[in-house]
Amino acid sequence: MSNFWSGYIIVLVLLNLLGCAVLLFWNSRMSAEEAKRRTTGHVFDGIEELNEPLPRWWLWLFVGTLIFSAAYLALYPGMGKYAGMLGWTSQGQWEDEVAFVERQTAPLFAEYAKVPVEELYQYPEVREVGARLYMQNCAMCHGSDARGARGYPNLTDGAWQWGGSPEAIRHSIAKGREANMPALAAALGEEGTTDMAWYVASLSRKELAEREDVAERIARAAPRFAMCSACHGADGTGNPMFGGPDLTDGKWLYGSRIADIEQTLRQGRMGVMPAHENILSAERIHVLTAYIYGLRIDE
Amino acid sequence: MAGSAHEKVEKNVGLLIALVLVAVSFGGLAEIVPLLWDDDTTQPVKGLKPYTALELEGRDVYIREGCHVCHTQMVRPLRAETERYGPYSVAGEDVWEHPFLWGSKRTGPDLARVGGRYSDDWHRDHLYAPRDLVPESNMPAYPWLRYRTVNWRHTERKLNALRMLGVPYSEEDIAEQLQRVAADWADKTEEDALVAYLQQLGTVMTGRGAQ
Repeated sequence: MSNFWSGYIIVLVLLNLLGCAVLLFWNSRMSAEEAKRRTTGHVFDGIEELNEPLPRWWLWLFVGTLIFSAAYLALYPGMGKYAGMLGWTSQGQWEDEVAFVERQTAPLFAEYAKVPVEELYQYPEVREVGARLYMQNCAMCHGSDARGARGYPNLTDGAWQWGGSPEAIRHSIAKGREANMPALAAALGEEGTTDMAWYVASLSRKELAEREDVAERIARAAPRFAMCSACHGADGTGNPMFGGPDLTDGKWLYGSRIADIEQTLRQGRMGVMPAHENILSAERIHVLTAYIYGLRIDE
Repeated sequence: MAGSAHEKVEKNVGLLIALVLVAVSFGGLAEIVPLLWDDDTTQPVKGLKPYTALELEGRDVYIREGCHVCHTQMVRPLRAETERYGPYSVAGEDVWEHPFLWGSKRTGPDLARVGGRYSDDWHRDHLYAPRDLVPESNMPAYPWLRYRTVNWRHTERKLNALRMLGVPYSEEDIAEQLQRVAADWADKTEEDALVAYLQQLGTVMTGRGAQ
């Protein structure tokens, strides 16, 4: 704020206060003649309108507000650039608030940081803190029950697209993940896509290979699965390194119907887990990792 | 003396109006006028970028659908809010907002820091059917956004209007945006535009890149 505007504000504030004071005392005075008359001279239906001075107690309340203003303007910012005797700012108040809570929670989180995730998830209070962090940061995609939604992994079923070790979970939370299932419509062709969908389904439903109507499709697609093996493994059990899901466990991120699998093959899937390292502190991510690690164990 | 002067004010409506205006203008003169010249409220925060044409049209979808009725874009300097949403809002973020979309009621969460928080796909799925992802949500679904292409008819005039209001688009910027509209964005849906707008919200303060 420039000096000019600072001065401008000060002048206006003082003028305002002064104006209030002048108006107040001007209105509270009454000439002797007026006082003697005691009425405004207005008469309605024989009822006279009195003209009394302001009640004293009321007048003093007004004076009180003026004194309050003066004290307030001395203590708090209000007079242009003058910061006030208390040095209060909304930013400072926020910083104090954050620092206050940080002082209380930092020792707790520091304590938790020393405990490995495999042990930490058993602490009841960590589960409570973790549950709050989860609701706040994860539930929008993975659901408030952590069972996920179509396209958003279930965290309780033991199927880990990117690995279920504490380190893998921590990495997923902190750095995020970007899955990259390419669109294979061109590579597979129309018939080939349907064949492959049946083959992929048969990886978890062995009985399909016996079904007369699809056995031929499955047999046709089997040798072509090589193109999938880089991410899903030669036997289809997946590869957490590339986020290639296990196709043999009967757990489906994008649906288990043949039409769902066909769609996945045709257009690809690009699941994104956003990075949280600039949203949550490392200590909080540690607690959250333990909480999510524990979800599977509970199941 | 008091009586007669006061009587004059009370019995002369024109004078009364004039004096009332003087009295009530003090607040605005002291609290609003200086902000029109203050750097904190007139200068953009570092790194602030004007909207692309796609984001701008997405913003207009946001306004048309009334998102601001239930979502604020204003993180107050309170710990509970910065903990939940991210850095508190500052005036310099909004110097090119015409009109600003701070909102006044949070039926849904604040969106000032939503950019990069979720994936593009999440926003699409969520706009299409919010309860597919958040069963507890009471947000209405906006499925039509997926099937309507952006109406680019007024984009050039919108960009020029914003330029007139002080958003620093150069002639070249506007030409470039219109060229991108013609080349890449002609078939974009309103959902695409809205997601583009949402994904940049607050990224200048959080440092999260739009995906």
